[in-house]
Amino acid sequence: MCSIHTVIPHPLFCCCYETLNGKCLALRTNITSFSKAMSENGALPLRGKVLTLDTMNANVKKVDYAVRGPIVQRAVQIEKELKEGVKKPFEEVIKANIGDAHAMGQRPITFFRQVMALCTYPQLLDDNKFPEDAKNRARRILQSCGGNSIGAYTTSQGIDCVRHDVANYIQRRDGGIPSDPDNIYLTTGASDGIVTILKLLTTGEGRTRTGVMISIPQYPLYSASIAELGAVQINYYLNEEKCWSLDISELQRSLQAAREHCNPCVLCIINPGNPTGQVQSRQCIEDVIRFAAKENLFLMADEVYQDNVYAEGCAFHSFKKVLFEMGPEYSSKVELASFHSTSKCYMGECGFRGGYMEVMNMDPEVKAQLTKLVSVRLCPPAPGQALMDLVVNSPQPGEPSYQTFMKERTAVLSALAEKAKLTEEILNTVPGISCNPVQGAMYSFPRITLPERSINEAKAKGQAPDMFYCMKLLEETGICLVPGSGFGQREGTYHFRMTILPPTDKLKIMLNKLKEFHQKFTQQYS
Amino acid sequence: SLSAKVSAGRLNGKMREKTLTMDTLNPQVKAVEYAVRGPIVIKAGEIEKYLEEGGTKPFSEVIKANIGDAHAMGQQPITFLRQVVALCTFPELMDSPSFPEDAKWRARRILQGCGGHSLGSYSASPGVECIRKDIAAYIEQRDEGVPSDWENIYLTTGASDGIMTILRLLVSGKDSSRTGVMIPIPQYPLYSAAISEMDAVQVNYYLDEDNCWALDINELYRAYQAAKLHCQPKVICIINPGNPTGQVQSKKCIEEVLHFAYEENLFVMSDEVYQDNVYTPDCQFHSFKKVLYEMGPEYFNSVELASFHSTSKGYTGECGFRGGYMEVINMDPEVKAQLVKLLSVRLCPPLAGQAAMDVIVNPPQPDEHSYKQFHQEKSSVLGALADKAKLTEQILNAVPGIKCNPVQGAMYAFPRIFIPPKAVEEAKALGMQPDMFYCLRLLEETGICVVPGSGFGQKDGTYHFRMTILPSIEKLKVLLGKVRDFHISFLKEYSALE
Repeated sequence: MCSIHTVIPHPLFCCCYETLNGKCLALRTNITSFSKAMSENGALPLRGKVLTLDTMNANVKKVDYAVRGPIVQRAVQIEKELKEGVKKPFEEVIKANIGDAHAMGQRPITFFRQVMALCTYPQLLDDNKFPEDAKNRARRILQSCGGNSIGAYTTSQGIDCVRHDVANYIQRRDGGIPSDPDNIYLTTGASDGIVTILKLLTTGEGRTRTGVMISIPQYPLYSASIAELGAVQINYYLNEEKCWSLDISELQRSLQAAREHCNPCVLCIINPGNPTGQVQSRQCIEDVIRFAAKENLFLMADEVYQDNVYAEGCAFHSFKKVLFEMGPEYSSKVELASFHSTSKCYMGECGFRGGYMEVMNMDPEVKAQLTKLVSVRLCPPAPGQALMDLVVNSPQPGEPSYQTFMKERTAVLSALAEKAKLTEEILNTVPGISCNPVQGAMYSFPRITLPERSINEAKAKGQAPDMFYCMKLLEETGICLVPGSGFGQREGTYHFRMTILPPTDKLKIMLNKLKEFHQKFTQQYS
Repeated sequence: SLSAKVSAGRLNGKMREKTLTMDTLNPQVKAVEYAVRGPIVIKAGEIEKYLEEGGTKPFSEVIKANIGDAHAMGQQPITFLRQVVALCTFPELMDSPSFPEDAKWRARRILQGCGGHSLGSYSASPGVECIRKDIAAYIEQRDEGVPSDWENIYLTTGASDGIMTILRLLVSGKDSSRTGVMIPIPQYPLYSAAISEMDAVQVNYYLDEDNCWALDINELYRAYQAAKLHCQPKVICIINPGNPTGQVQSKKCIEEVLHFAYEENLFVMSDEVYQDNVYTPDCQFHSFKKVLYEMGPEYFNSVELASFHSTSKGYTGECGFRGGYMEVINMDPEVKAQLVKLLSVRLCPPLAGQAAMDVIVNPPQPDEHSYKQFHQEKSSVLGALADKAKLTEQILNAVPGIKCNPVQGAMYAFPRIFIPPKAVEEAKALGMQPDMFYCLRLLEETGICVVPGSGFGQKDGTYHFRMTILPSIEKLKVLLGKVRDFHISFLKEYSALE
């Protein structure tokens, strides 16, 4: 090649080097002609991919998220086929897999969208079709934004006035127990807050690796995050016979077993539950708090369905409230993070990715680390923050928008309550299906009895038996549900999770189709 | 002190020990630093509060020139963009005569792509399909016909989200096989923060300050070779136009980088969020994708490249919406499936941000009603930025002891400052970086908040700060004047002559 001695010899870079003052001046051939020359000579360098299944982050491979997993991908494919005119035994796919209310026809709350529009396009503040209470809230939010624009970054913890409003809401909700705005962090949906807290907590190696206690069944964000962070998943089983209630003895058992191989330091609860819908009793929440205090566990309370309580005799008790009512011995000690979201309840504003977490009794130095960590992503979406403000600062009696707001809110929640009851009733008339009361949240999680033959066929295919069932259901009826294996369940039991979100008439049709399918399936594989 | 902690922990004679302490906290989180919102900004916030509560300082306001947030500094949103997003948010406005038809049909189109025709539905995890298609069309047009497949487009929660997601896929291995990530010095500290959090290995390659912050291929090679001794370099990150430096890389330079990545088997991450912020007439934005294509099929069909864009910069400055996208080419199909799976856990990026991005890639055309106003607003923003870029460079270069490279693009100046040895000593005695010491003094004396160069990385023994060019031109002149006065007095104070 080149006769001039080089500082950094590299055969492919250049034909000829010169050095000047020790710095290499590469005189190289034109890159494109080099490439062309290579191809022409047939001397194509073999270039494998940098990023393959073998070289990628192994933890990512372990992640599963059934709610948008393989069955949903198939459902989307079928939808495309229907659009292209392919004939199926049904006309439409019913996506009862995900807690997305608007997608199933639920309407947004008018007042919320008015304020959001005013924040987005403040010229509308001059439009007399917008009520004054909406305008006041929009002005207040905008005043708290940089340059009075929701296009500015907010502080990483979230817009100040929104955090104050969230704190006030929590205080009102919890019968006056004080809430400090400084403990409030706005988040990009509740998922964001949950993952952030888990990041802080995950540490150690081998036997000292952080163990995270999660309910079985659970919302698979938890198992997915645990897998990605390389933490240790610790399962505690909810009691299906007792309406999915939480058993302290089961918590104890699971903790003890886990201590053999990891360092359990966090306990996650979803109340009201997902996928089970159970609303924990106050006594149960107290017992859990006592357990967490005794065993030095950081408590994570996922309360995104706090307004979705339907069953008589059930009521939502926030972990924070119960904690404080247990007295200073607990309220000043137990580390608790509680999560809320704009995606559920009566708002159903999933797409805005609004959420918050309230963090109690966090070590101040760790809190500073938390604030630092969230600062790297700058801030949660400002529209989602604005929306959360409206949720916690909704129209009050006497305000112009109050009546319409209450009407809409009540309509949504009562429809959900009806559908919860309807779902439970119809499913329980199906031989081989047993459905616990849907006390809250947005799902039913019925137990299904599967014929032995179907279980064997599934296993032969390398499929979970309830996945096999759900796939068949999808192909034959167009109904998309998520198999219980995606959430976790006791060995040898099978379930599916179905939302109660489709409009009542569609829901009835869906449930009856399900009934027919189950009977047919049972017969087919008997 | 430990004993104080212990006595604070006693209650009813029981030891109160927190589960989550600095000892039990994820050490990777502890390692993370993000200077753009770091200690100096926290201090600036404290001073702001102090002023609000009636405290007196040698200045009446804090000027936050630390962060690339245009609206916070008074830049106005693009009317058309806000109209479309408002229509999407509150579709009742479709009946309003005060909204133009071209905004309405865009809003209708976006809503049709949403579940239940509502911005409140989750979208598919890679984003609304029609928006992905619009982005692909935009990229094809921008790159003069280089094909773009909409299925390679992923909407993200700001560009930061996409960057972190790709890094998460890439980081693997242990000890000497641990993934090395090549990043420019100076860099935007999202990269170093992500690397710390993921416990990857940071591999620095120095940009050439004497050559207007150009990328030197020999320096890339040096960094790579040195890194191979202790890690497995797998990815190279480039920011073009640069942050904090503002340099706009030449086409030749981009070619060299791509060739290097091809030869050394590196995944290329090209952060192009400032692609619309190019001010110097003899500079031009060349997308990595386009250059790769022009290098021929051998390169174009093999180099794994992820390119990032955002709604936060450019001429729209919509930071709060957290809109962004990435285009990922030549990714192994099995890895792609893993990527989609990973994205699905967080469900989807915010719909308002997706809508904003759609307007950016599908703006009013010359034959449309809103074009005139749109074009005027866009030109006004970009023209002002170009003016401010030039002004900043000029004024700073007139200060003895400050040297500022031309601000070719982006939104920042990153001048080199001479800090007298006595000041360096005093800083070190305080346990502080010398440029942090300087910037804190600047903040305390003038209210101006900038970020020390140590937050971005710089050659040993050199000092810089990053300031934005975003304040209004009047305010910017005042700011620069104050910086000049401060620097001169700082030099005097710490001069070697007694």
